[in-house]
Amino acid sequence: MIVAEAKNLTEIGKTIAPYGRILVLGCGTCVTVCGAGGEREVALLHDALRLMDMKAGNGKHVFLECTLKRQCDPEFLDVLEEKAANVDAVLSLGCGIGVQAVAERLPDLPVLPGVNTSFLGMAKEWGVWDERCAACGDCRLDETAGICPITRCTKGILNGPCAGTKNGRCEVSKEMDCAWVLIYQRLENMRQLETMRRYYPPRNFRAIPRPKRVLSKINAAGGGHE
Amino acid sequence: MSVSLFDEKLNSDAFLITTEIGPPKGTDTSEILHDIDMLKDKVDAINVTDHQSSVMRYPSIGGCLLVKERGGEPVLQMTCRDRNRLALQAELLFAYSRGVCNVLCLTGDSVDVGDHKEAKPVFDLDSVQLLRMARLLEGGTDMGGNELKGVPKFCLGSTVHPEADFVEPQLVKFDKKVAAGSQFFQTQGVFDPATLRRFMQYASQFNVKILAGIIVMASARMAKYMNDNVPGIIVPQAVIDELATAEKGKGLQKGIEIAARFIRSVKEENLAHGVHVMAVGNERIVPDILEAAEVSGIHA
Repeated sequence: MIVAEAKNLTEIGKTIAPYGRILVLGCGTCVTVCGAGGEREVALLHDALRLMDMKAGNGKHVFLECTLKRQCDPEFLDVLEEKAANVDAVLSLGCGIGVQAVAERLPDLPVLPGVNTSFLGMAKEWGVWDERCAACGDCRLDETAGICPITRCTKGILNGPCAGTKNGRCEVSKEMDCAWVLIYQRLENMRQLETMRRYYPPRNFRAIPRPKRVLSKINAAGGGHE
Repeated sequence: MSVSLFDEKLNSDAFLITTEIGPPKGTDTSEILHDIDMLKDKVDAINVTDHQSSVMRYPSIGGCLLVKERGGEPVLQMTCRDRNRLALQAELLFAYSRGVCNVLCLTGDSVDVGDHKEAKPVFDLDSVQLLRMARLLEGGTDMGGNELKGVPKFCLGSTVHPEADFVEPQLVKFDKKVAAGSQFFQTQGVFDPATLRRFMQYASQFNVKILAGIIVMASARMAKYMNDNVPGIIVPQAVIDELATAEKGKGLQKGIEIAARFIRSVKEENLAHGVHVMAVGNERIVPDILEAAEVSGIHA
């Protein structure tokens, strides 16, 4: 899933300053799960912004709120026609994709980001999210024991650990595991160390020309794979 | 045929001595020139570091050209941190065209440990891929498969970490570097003769030269600082304790003594094919260390 973090209130205050009526728009998918931009966060931010407005003594903003099921999917955006009809700007708590999808739907309205989209990750434990995928477009997890060196090694190197690793940790943080130590140990457990001895050629960055488009191979009528 | 004086020495039985210098932060080259003049006839080659510890400096290739101008033998340290494959290839072609043929291929420290922490880390290639790329250029084509007009020839080296606390994955990488064409290895700092001996037993299956990395400590505090902050450095407690016995103001003297003793044992006990002395900012003491160790480069 996509993991995001709320922007701080001061930054949001600056971005909304020029506008009067603002729709605070949540998203019911990834950012709801990671607690950055779901219905709950929309309500909390709404209160916080109102309070900030009152403290500033100008009370010039009017806030409306709404949370879509998914901001990144056109079929859930139709409701914006009504919800955003009389606003001066939308403050989206969706990820960067959500912000852009909403902006494409509302050509005349400023759509402002309320969160920083951080990474593709997973819940490590309650309230802790770890990055796991760089969306590189050329998955080789079969060769690295299911541990991604592109994401989990700070240098993203492919032929084994650098010399900076110490106590199984990365040179940039004593809290961060060295991906290549993890890969080695897992390959050893699976008796597949030979995989690591192979030379990994340089990455093919043409696999990810930006922006990228994926065409689904799912047969819409039958609903299954071709 | 040898591509450089250092290459020629690698093919001899000589006990090799290399050291390294860091280019200036700025355009004032007076200090580096002083260091080059002081060291060039006492060692077999001088590495010029490439933004060591990710701290931006005058470039490695610039330092190498200064070494050449002064009549020394440079080793170009080249990391993958700051350049993509186009820039790395271009720089290798340039280096060769200017007579800089010894290249130490490194992945490079993380940007996070340096003084430009917000910079984009490149790492388009890693050290193994960099070695392979240099060998590819020697074959007359670039990484895009295009033919080169004029072909370079290099003496290639790399690093290895015999005292890593988990050495097995490091050895996998060492094997790959050998297969990729690394002719010599300058190790990360080593302090324990027994570990070095074990590593050499392993490395002796390959036709490569190993230069034991010698880091000179100026105090117990510095050793502890390096343990905590410098990637890959593991100074054993015994060395820290010995440094701590130094009288006030004599820490560096003790550091020199420890380094010289280690170099002597490397040579006498045949623990490596040579040494690579890293004085980390104290380049001026390198001649003192070599004198105390009673060794010298075969220039002398």
